[in-house]
Amino acid sequence: MSQKELLKVNNLKQHFPIKGGILGRTVNHVKAVDDVTFDIYEGETLSVVGESGCGKSTTGRAILRLDEPTDGSIEFDGVDLLSLSRRDMRKKRKDLQVIFQDPYASLNPRQTVGKILTEAMAIQNAVPKEKRRERAIELLETVGLNADQIDRYPHEFSGGQRQRIGIARALSVDPKLIICDEAVSALDVSVQAQVLNLLKKLQREFNLTFLFIAHDLGVVRHISDRIIVMYLGKIVEIADKKSLFDNPQHPYTKALLSSIPTPDPEVKKERIILKGDVPSPINPPQGCRFHTRCPFATDICRQEVPELRNLDNMKEGHRAACHHIEKIAAEH
Amino acid sequence: MNSNQIDQANIKIKKAESPWKRSLKDFYKKLVKNKSALVGGYLILILIIIAIIGPYLTSIDPDHTEYSVKLQGPSGEHWFGTDHHGRDIFTRVIHGLGITMFIGFTATILGSLAGVIIGIISGYYGGKIDSVIMRLMDILLAFPGILLALALVSILEPSRANVIYAISIFAIPTFARIVRGSTLATKNLEYIDAMKALGASDLRIISKHIFPNILSPIIVQMSLFIANAVLTASGLSFLGMGEQPPSPELGALLSDGRDFMWEAGHIALFPGLVIMLIVLAFNVFGDGLRDALDPKMNKK
Repeated sequence: MSQKELLKVNNLKQHFPIKGGILGRTVNHVKAVDDVTFDIYEGETLSVVGESGCGKSTTGRAILRLDEPTDGSIEFDGVDLLSLSRRDMRKKRKDLQVIFQDPYASLNPRQTVGKILTEAMAIQNAVPKEKRRERAIELLETVGLNADQIDRYPHEFSGGQRQRIGIARALSVDPKLIICDEAVSALDVSVQAQVLNLLKKLQREFNLTFLFIAHDLGVVRHISDRIIVMYLGKIVEIADKKSLFDNPQHPYTKALLSSIPTPDPEVKKERIILKGDVPSPINPPQGCRFHTRCPFATDICRQEVPELRNLDNMKEGHRAACHHIEKIAAEH
Repeated sequence: MNSNQIDQANIKIKKAESPWKRSLKDFYKKLVKNKSALVGGYLILILIIIAIIGPYLTSIDPDHTEYSVKLQGPSGEHWFGTDHHGRDIFTRVIHGLGITMFIGFTATILGSLAGVIIGIISGYYGGKIDSVIMRLMDILLAFPGILLALALVSILEPSRANVIYAISIFAIPTFARIVRGSTLATKNLEYIDAMKALGASDLRIISKHIFPNILSPIIVQMSLFIANAVLTASGLSFLGMGEQPPSPELGALLSDGRDFMWEAGHIALFPGLVIMLIVLAFNVFGDGLRDALDPKMNKK
């Protein structure tokens, strides 16, 4: 695998203001994403997992500048996206595309499939006008739909087919990076597998890079090269797929992995059940954000924010943010 | 290669069958199912036809006075009778119908146009612009419609154009509110984000992706508002603030009959009935439209 970074996210912060009072002043912030740093290499699939509200979708939206991030930098292919003017950013959007979660809300119900695809090409002027329809047909076939479905409306398709249309729309401008925001979460399992396989095929064919946002670890295991685990706006662990599933270091990752059901009822495995709920991102806990629910938490966890660290028992590139990695490893 | 050519041919055939036509047909089918809407629709159609061609079919001048036949009840010669100047009420109602409906339509179109633009801007951009615009709309809404129109006309001066302006101004807040709400609901859908991610301009997103999807509530509101506008226009004329005599506007005809309610009730009765018919037709049609255009109703 080539190790050229396509996207570098540095200290990304996304704080949404909470307005209150009669005058509508900002009284507080929801710290949806708080100081997140990671790279995506060209041609790989990097997954971001975590429970609802941990900031994984917000990260994706911030990279696309659908919401303007509060702080940090996003470097794509050597260009700092956040410093681009609106006009330059519009042009740059050709290289970054997105596939959304809800196949029912992500297509304009008043446009035919052909119109959806040709409009995408028209916005970016990716294909000359006479060739757009031809290219749209080609794209439909690429994503496994029929050419004669081009004049149909979205409501005439099933959820899986609509998701394929969404994929075709993203592909229509020849992007380099596609952010899949829970792209298969709304589909049923058999369709999920088809769409995932399609994504893998397209990745090989067009040399695409994926940022795959998901909460389903089974899906993530199927598609990813590397995985980021997020908790309450921060990265708790980042590793290649094998290391993360075989040798998880952070207690939260361990808890998450232990929640995957095993198909064999004879296998007794240790289940780590977390107590309580995720704290509010408005006033996240001091120190390690996970300490309120962590079985290993001590005083240092309540005071100091842990850095992402790589230790001897971990592979290169595998890092976890926990004060007690050594202690936990020794106990097992 | 050969099968590819057949494919291409198939695509051409599919394209020839316009998708718009299909959705129009669907819409008509749903409308037909709703009997009251259909009756309302036909009634409106008949009223419009009468208003347009009616004046050419009657040879009598609506302003022609003939004192020898004044205050006569309905007869074979004067179907709706005559007024205190001996003018034929049937002819005047036919002419008045056109004037009243013209005012209603024009005012609604002008008002909805302005209201839609204001509402979309308010809903799409949000923030301070939204707050300022919506507070202004609240101020306009705080006045009863007829009072606002009355005030505006009395500031300007009574004339047909000013009546139209006055009614369209009081139409603005109703439309702006509905459009703002629909825009807010639509702009957060994922396909709008997808368009933004593709680099679409605000103008493109508003005109091609938001506007077509909020069209149905606008159409319904227009139909309902025409009834309101007709009523206000007649009301203004009735109060002497709209059409000036001898204009046969329906509200003015009603006003003519007011002094003779006991001796010659027919003078006020027929224009009143026609006003009622217009308002009823548009209200029933609007309600039917709402049902036919409601996506939740479509699913069953």
